[in-house]
Amino acid sequence: MQFDPSVVVDALPALLQGARLTVLITIAGLTGGLLVGFLFGLMRAYGNTLAQKIAFMYIEFVRGTPIVVQVMFIYFALPMILNVRVDALTAAIVSIIINSGAYIAEIVRGAFLSVPRGLKEAGLALGLPMWRALAFVVGPVAVRRMTPSLGNQFIVSLKDTSLFIVIGVGELTRQGQEIMAANFRAVEIWTAVAIIYLGMIGALTFGLRTMEKRMRIL
Amino acid sequence: MNALAKMVEFRGVTKRFGQTTVLDKVDLTIHAGEVVVLIGPSGSGKSTLLRCINALEHIDGGDLVVDGISVRDGAHQVREIRREAGMVFQQFNLFPQMTALENVAFGPRQVRGMSKSDAHALARELLAKVGLAARVDHYASELSGGQQQRVAIARALAVKPKLMLFDEPTSALDPELRQEVLRVMQSLAEEGMTMVVVTHEMAFARKVGTRLIFMEHGHITVDGPPAELIDAPPNQRLRDFLQHVE
Repeated sequence: MQFDPSVVVDALPALLQGARLTVLITIAGLTGGLLVGFLFGLMRAYGNTLAQKIAFMYIEFVRGTPIVVQVMFIYFALPMILNVRVDALTAAIVSIIINSGAYIAEIVRGAFLSVPRGLKEAGLALGLPMWRALAFVVGPVAVRRMTPSLGNQFIVSLKDTSLFIVIGVGELTRQGQEIMAANFRAVEIWTAVAIIYLGMIGALTFGLRTMEKRMRIL
Repeated sequence: MNALAKMVEFRGVTKRFGQTTVLDKVDLTIHAGEVVVLIGPSGSGKSTLLRCINALEHIDGGDLVVDGISVRDGAHQVREIRREAGMVFQQFNLFPQMTALENVAFGPRQVRGMSKSDAHALARELLAKVGLAARVDHYASELSGGQQQRVAIARALAVKPKLMLFDEPTSALDPELRQEVLRVMQSLAEEGMTMVVVTHEMAFARKVGTRLIFMEHGHITVDGPPAELIDAPPNQRLRDFLQHVE
């Protein structure tokens, strides 16, 4: 078996095209996932009984089913139920939002509840409304505490995008699969794909580490 | 405001935690200018009584009126009470992401709508008053316990309260650091601030307090002038208790 670098060179434009889509899905998905995660995490931590129940059910549904099943459901089943057409890219982004949102909700809840209760009370005792005490007193401490776990979730979600191969989104893994199906150069293609993933996650890790160094964990 | 104005009025206040009754139909009136020292064994309800005043604990029965506002009137009114009643905690609870200056300036900016520069000027003034002019840019983690507690007092004062609540303010401090906090509290009392203090500092109670309240099992069992009660406890329980704290 000979490793032929020219195969990689030829495949590179298509692979990078796929990598760009991977990054797009990850960024859009995690942006939405953070919003959903903060909403449901705070509902679980501080909401009334109904809000807590709703958040709990959402989180349990997502954590209790494999992401591939969720993707299949969103892409194939949901359009039939709602009688709408969803394109594959939208389904992919929605899947990451819903999936990462549930895990991020638990990270958010854990971080907020780990902050000593006295801080919230000190904020309330000054006469702040609850939401301001959470946003300006507890929040800044909680956000610092959740960065390591959030970083983990970002990496998992980035890699989860490779599952969208099952609905035909042309992200990095799908591109690799298609090129390999045409030229049968498994070693070169999958090596290149792996290295591109490593590069993306390396960059993400570096960014997170720099951010953590700039913040004092409290 | 005349010296007889009612600042805090407990009317048959009951507070339960689950099956346990922590405050049992407590009646208590505190007037402006009083320095009330609350003592009692742990679990007697003294901290809970204090925390009911600014509605950090919700009362289960009776009524509690602070500066003319009932804690039962609603969220908006409760926030008003909290602006009138500053609180100092046993564990200081400084905001760790902020410097001493920012901790003190935070309240006036958030709840009094003060501009940043005015709030910072006020914070500098108050930090100087508690002897921390040289520590304005330090974070809580860079301050000693006594310094943190003095910042916490300045933070509570920054909202311009009419009443100060102290929940065992020196219990988490080394003996030598207690004095610096007690001195600040004493000067506050001398300026005429109405204060309710949960503490075991009997020397402070005698010297600074105008009234001593002894609590047991959710009831106020002794209430009177500190020096008299400390020198001649009217009942055996208080006598035993005083022997243990002194």
